[in-house]
Amino acid sequence: MPLIEYRDALNQAFAEEIERDPNVVLMGEEVAQYDGAYKVTKGLWKKFGDKRVVDTPISEAAFIGMGIGASMLGLRPVMELMFWSFATVTWDQIVNNAGQIRYMSGGLINCPIVIRGPANGGTNVGATHSHTPENMLASVPGLKVVSAATAYDAKGLMKTAIRDNDPVMFMENTLLYGEKGEVPEEEYLIPLGKADIKREGRDITLIAHGRAALTALRAAELLAAEHDISAEVIDLRSIRPLDEEAILASVRKTHRAVLVDENKPFCGVSAQIASMLQEKCFDDLDAPVLRVTALDAPAIYSPRIEPKQLPNPQDVIRKALSIC
Amino acid sequence: MDTATKSSDHAHAPINKNLTPEAKIQLLRDMLRVRRFEQQALKQYNGGKMGGFLHLYIGQESVAVGTCSLMGDDDHVITAYRCHGHSLAVGMTMNECMAELYGKATGCSKGKGGSMHFFAPDKNYWGGHGIVGGQTPLGLGLAYGLKYKGLKGAALCFLGDGAVNQGCFYESLNMAALFDLPVIYIIENNGYSMGTSLQRSSVVKDCLAQRGEAFCVEWAQANGEDIYEVRAVTQRAIERAHKESKPTILEFDTYRYYGHSVADAKHKGGYRSEEEIDAYKRDHDPIQLFKKRLLEERVITEAQFDEISDASKAEAEASAQFAEESPLPSETSIFEDVYYEVDRQTEAGRTGKHFFND
Repeated sequence: MPLIEYRDALNQAFAEEIERDPNVVLMGEEVAQYDGAYKVTKGLWKKFGDKRVVDTPISEAAFIGMGIGASMLGLRPVMELMFWSFATVTWDQIVNNAGQIRYMSGGLINCPIVIRGPANGGTNVGATHSHTPENMLASVPGLKVVSAATAYDAKGLMKTAIRDNDPVMFMENTLLYGEKGEVPEEEYLIPLGKADIKREGRDITLIAHGRAALTALRAAELLAAEHDISAEVIDLRSIRPLDEEAILASVRKTHRAVLVDENKPFCGVSAQIASMLQEKCFDDLDAPVLRVTALDAPAIYSPRIEPKQLPNPQDVIRKALSIC
Repeated sequence: MDTATKSSDHAHAPINKNLTPEAKIQLLRDMLRVRRFEQQALKQYNGGKMGGFLHLYIGQESVAVGTCSLMGDDDHVITAYRCHGHSLAVGMTMNECMAELYGKATGCSKGKGGSMHFFAPDKNYWGGHGIVGGQTPLGLGLAYGLKYKGLKGAALCFLGDGAVNQGCFYESLNMAALFDLPVIYIIENNGYSMGTSLQRSSVVKDCLAQRGEAFCVEWAQANGEDIYEVRAVTQRAIERAHKESKPTILEFDTYRYYGHSVADAKHKGGYRSEEEIDAYKRDHDPIQLFKKRLLEERVITEAQFDEISDASKAEAEASAQFAEESPLPSETSIFEDVYYEVDRQTEAGRTGKHFFND
């Protein structure tokens, strides 16, 4: 199987869906002639031209809203936010228009749009560029939220997101764009709402999404090698819809859970899952559900310090050992 | 710039001069239907039949009716929260609109949208939007979609004089001109953004459409009380959209007789004088002016006018009756129309948990 970068896996997904469906159009700042700020859309403008790959001015409110309006007429716009942090300047369009229009029209209008871009800290770009808004977006009924940890997942989830008839918020990660992974040459799709057991285990379940799933995987390796603890790693892949069954089944098997989350702790994705676990498998738990999240302050710039603000394998191991 | 002058007689504009008597009467009827519908809605609102806000359009009818009367197959409309006039003008029924105000299952949005959120995509009508100015990028997107699909259409995007101060409107103007999109921004300038007069909200007091010059967008300012003028000016913008795929800003001076919403008690004698309101009702009422016009043209008689007015009133009363007798939405319907895939129980809709109450 070819080993390709996460960004190229996304690129393949776009190219394939542009070819498959004449209504798919990519838009955003620098996505066309510049090849994308992070080169995720590299070569697509050259290949598909002005109609299918469109550079926009720096006007997130207007171009995201434009994509939403066009999707109401049947286009399938795939909109890049150079950073998901910039969602704050188009929050009204995403939350009120993409998120509510189907409901408020009694189901008469739907909005098959994908809004995508990186949502991560850890790159020393300061607090304004380091937000992880997946929890905020997942709290809006009407929106779907997806987060990809690997190249394989990125491609399969993106293709599904583009074909989905609801608005999908797709979380990528600049720290992962250059990571290589195996991606098959033949076409595949990954359904939304299905978690992926990235590593099987018996003693404890580590639950995460996005890059935190890789942190959890590394922790699981070390727990096995150094502490003889068999950790299962569940990558949510899709946050809303959420694969509740997979989470509950794993915790019912291992009886312990540590949630790993690059969100801030207050109402982070992991808070929702912790609530679910205590409600639905209280009797199966042998220990409190613990969380490892980003440290609860704005993202610090200082390059030597910022990594400590995000979950790392040692944090996860410490929490796991405290309940194993 | 093609600013219309108030002295010219727009009855002779190409789009108006060939109107049949029947078509003229229809314009009058459409305006009367909007007014009688809203008068009925106000009565029922005061009777406790509906909740939330009720933003009445009374006084502005010529704008929605005049502009929407020009819509062709590929022309689309989107507006803000004062949407009842546009909804009826594009052909929605009084029943579905009144039932929506009552929050009934038979409402156009099944009781999920309310006064500010009427929709009829089958009539090229995309709402009904509650956030001031938030619909302006959506209008841009409708125009983008039309152009992308190779259709010769226009997106008529209405906004108020308050909405022109929202940032996304300017972003949209820039992109409309940059991408040559067939969007027509129609500013219904009724002089007040809620309780703040134009004098207190805009640095330039006498023209809002002119702001389009900063973006090389053609604009026109016109008298919104004359439905002939509304049609003449709008038709030029529609032709520009159809033939050149270019945007336009139109500004129609108009006036609302009631408050920002029914809950706005300060509109009369507060932020505007009773004399001002009375002067508009007396001298600038779009229905009375058009009635006078059609009497002069001998298109209608007083008796015919009364007949149309009475019929509109009866239709509005019947819509209240319909709404009253209609069922409420079921509580389970709260979870319907959130996700397309869930509603249709597609494989995607059956995969994973979409709702989190239990």
